[in-house]
Amino acid sequence: MYVYDQYDQQLLNERVAQFRGQMARYLDGKIPEEEFLPLRLQNGIYVQRYAPMLRVAIPYGLFNAKQMRTLASIARDYDKGYAHFSTRQNVQFNWPALEQCPDILERLASVQMHAVQTSGNCIRNTTTDEFAGVTADELVDPRPYCEIIRQWSTFHPEFAYLPRKFKIAVNAVPGVDRAAVKVHDIGINIVRNEQGELGYRILVGGGLGRTPIIGSEIRSFLPEEDLLTYLDAIIRIYNQFGRRDNKYKARIKILVKALGVERMQELVEAEWQRIKDGEDKLTQAELDRVKSHFTTPNYQTLESNPASLQQAQAQDAAFARWVQRNVRPHKQAGYAIVNLSLKQKGNAPGDVTAEQMDAIADLAEEFSLGEIRSTHQQNLVLADVEQQRLYELWQQAKSNGLATPTLGLLTDMICCPGGDFCALANAKSIPVAEAIQVRFDDLDYLHDLGEIDLNISGCMNACGHHHVGNIGVLGVDKKGEEFYQISLGGNGGDDASLGKILGPSFARDAMPDVIAKILDCYVAQRIDGETFLETYRRAGHTVFKEAVYGKAD
Amino acid sequence: MAKLIDRQQLLSNDPWHFADDEQAVTEYAIVPLKRWLEQRDDLLALAQQGKLGVHFNSDETADQLGEDAALMARISIDFPKFSDGRGYSTARLLRQSFGYQGELQASGDVLIDQLFYMLRCGFDRFALRDDQDIDDALAAFSTFSVSYQSDVNDPRPLFRRRS
Ligand code: HEM
Ligand code: SF4
Repeated sequence: MYVYDQYDQQLLNERVAQFRGQMARYLDGKIPEEEFLPLRLQNGIYVQRYAPMLRVAIPYGLFNAKQMRTLASIARDYDKGYAHFSTRQNVQFNWPALEQCPDILERLASVQMHAVQTSGNCIRNTTTDEFAGVTADELVDPRPYCEIIRQWSTFHPEFAYLPRKFKIAVNAVPGVDRAAVKVHDIGINIVRNEQGELGYRILVGGGLGRTPIIGSEIRSFLPEEDLLTYLDAIIRIYNQFGRRDNKYKARIKILVKALGVERMQELVEAEWQRIKDGEDKLTQAELDRVKSHFTTPNYQTLESNPASLQQAQAQDAAFARWVQRNVRPHKQAGYAIVNLSLKQKGNAPGDVTAEQMDAIADLAEEFSLGEIRSTHQQNLVLADVEQQRLYELWQQAKSNGLATPTLGLLTDMICCPGGDFCALANAKSIPVAEAIQVRFDDLDYLHDLGEIDLNISGCMNACGHHHVGNIGVLGVDKKGEEFYQISLGGNGGDDASLGKILGPSFARDAMPDVIAKILDCYVAQRIDGETFLETYRRAGHTVFKEAVYGKAD
Repeated sequence: MAKLIDRQQLLSNDPWHFADDEQAVTEYAIVPLKRWLEQRDDLLALAQQGKLGVHFNSDETADQLGEDAALMARISIDFPKFSDGRGYSTARLLRQSFGYQGELQASGDVLIDQLFYMLRCGFDRFALRDDQDIDDALAAFSTFSVSYQSDVNDPRPLFRRRS
């Protein structure tokens, strides 16, 4: 894991002091509300429906036990005793007092954490695969590249006032994409060319929100050293030519659509030629320096699938089910990747209490080299667990309510805060998630259904990624009343697709029944172990539409 | 009146003034970029004496002035709203792609909390919006003592400076 040096720490300390000063000037009336807004946003502070919300960055989802304990202490001392993990791998506090935010930031800085660029019209936290560094199928570990991007994007002097927020995601697994790179402003795939050299395939102009678009390839291969100059070139073009007259048309996806990807490519290429061999070209020394922070730990030589594990699975069906669902193969023999579920029935997806956070920190230290990852699916990962200790870990995770064995299943849904917290919502989303969790709580049924992404957003901003849910639920407002629109067939993975709207929207209390009809249709239609998405793609939209609305004459 | 500062001090007696499309162009006039492009032949002599400047609207790009930047003694870039960040790219391109060496002024909605970024993009004159506190403004230039990226004042990113 990247550890700050004196420069990183100094920069962060200076940032806290700066924000303390800005807050003081604001409270003195020297900065009007409208001009304080971007300053607080640049420090992750929104003002929401009931209270401010503080979004803390977890760069590419990686953090450690000490940092988790600090988050727990903040939840306890400044909030209502819980926090919320978001789809962008960040963590949010829903109830801090505005005046206390500088103190919270200071506490975060003491453990190398911050809220820099978690909001506002700047380059946001770069995200990546939660299994980075431990999955066998990746080309290289993407995290050093994310860290290089983090440093370059932090307080970039030219790009602090972009037309709109800007999100970059990185993926390094051929054929699999856990970072949803195709729905980011810039998606980076780490690849090798025919000569075996490392580099990047760059996508541009993807995004969700009210105009969902799958990103287009702007460069099939960019050499490893050229990462930052090329990003500079893309964002410089966007900064100059992106629309600023209408915030709904200000994302780079709209620029790319207006220009066409070929023209965009020409502009970027021309800009890049001017700067590509300048001092921002990465050096081998810097690549090596950053990579040296993410070396393979000293794994022990262990037996794969040890007898003790097999025995525990044979004796304890609940454990076996959890292993099957929530544990993933590790590149190192005898180790496993464990997903801790933040999808307990009765809890908003992604919510954790301070007690759970402390417990997770303990588990990380005891079982997983002290490190934790947050995921795009609003769960947590312990990435380096010895297989022989899985049973012990499971028992402890279970007693802390972190072992719901439903990873990737229907009730492992993504859900935005919706009308319960968010000032922009058209409808609540947490109660929909809850109603579905209550209705579909039969584990055998859920396991039989297999992998289904259910994504719920409370408005068309799409924070809950409903467009890329196999089943997407979108809150809509009709004459002041809350309704929900369903889309089917979305997918955020490597073969990304946007969901297609099923038909007229439904009242909230109809939602579990509607979902049940969709699932019944899938079960009736599926052949030979097809996933929901495969069945939908094969059987077609109309079949599902008729199952829900009845046959049209 | 906007207060004109450079990073050390408040400036007074600035001889420069704006000359929009109607006004006569005299010494130390700053003319709209468009006027320069249209009346280049007439304005050239004044420029060659170091007594002409141009002003960019935020939707005008550095490429529109291009190599002519070298003829200017002052360039002013407008920030119609502090949140309109196009001028940062314009400044950087003038300095780094077109070798502009003269004075570079930020005008318009220029606020304390933008100064540091502006400085790093090559601005050295700031027509601060008139309600801004001068002392807070001058202090803002030293908020940060380290930066990760290259900038106009130091073309080396931190990774080439790190020891
Ligand atoms: C409660 C406060 C929140 C507010 C006010 C908010 C606001 C917004 C807005 C305005 C957009 C639309 C931006 C655009 O497309 O141009 C958006 C998109 C998004 N937000 Fe949120 N959001 C909030 C919470 C969250 C949470 C909790 C998550 C994660 C669970 C999240 C993750 C996202 C994501 C992934 C997008 C998709 C944007 C894209 O890819 O184009 N946001 N949000
Ligand atoms: S999708 Fe809408 S309701 Fe949900 S968090 Fe985003 S802005 Fe708020």
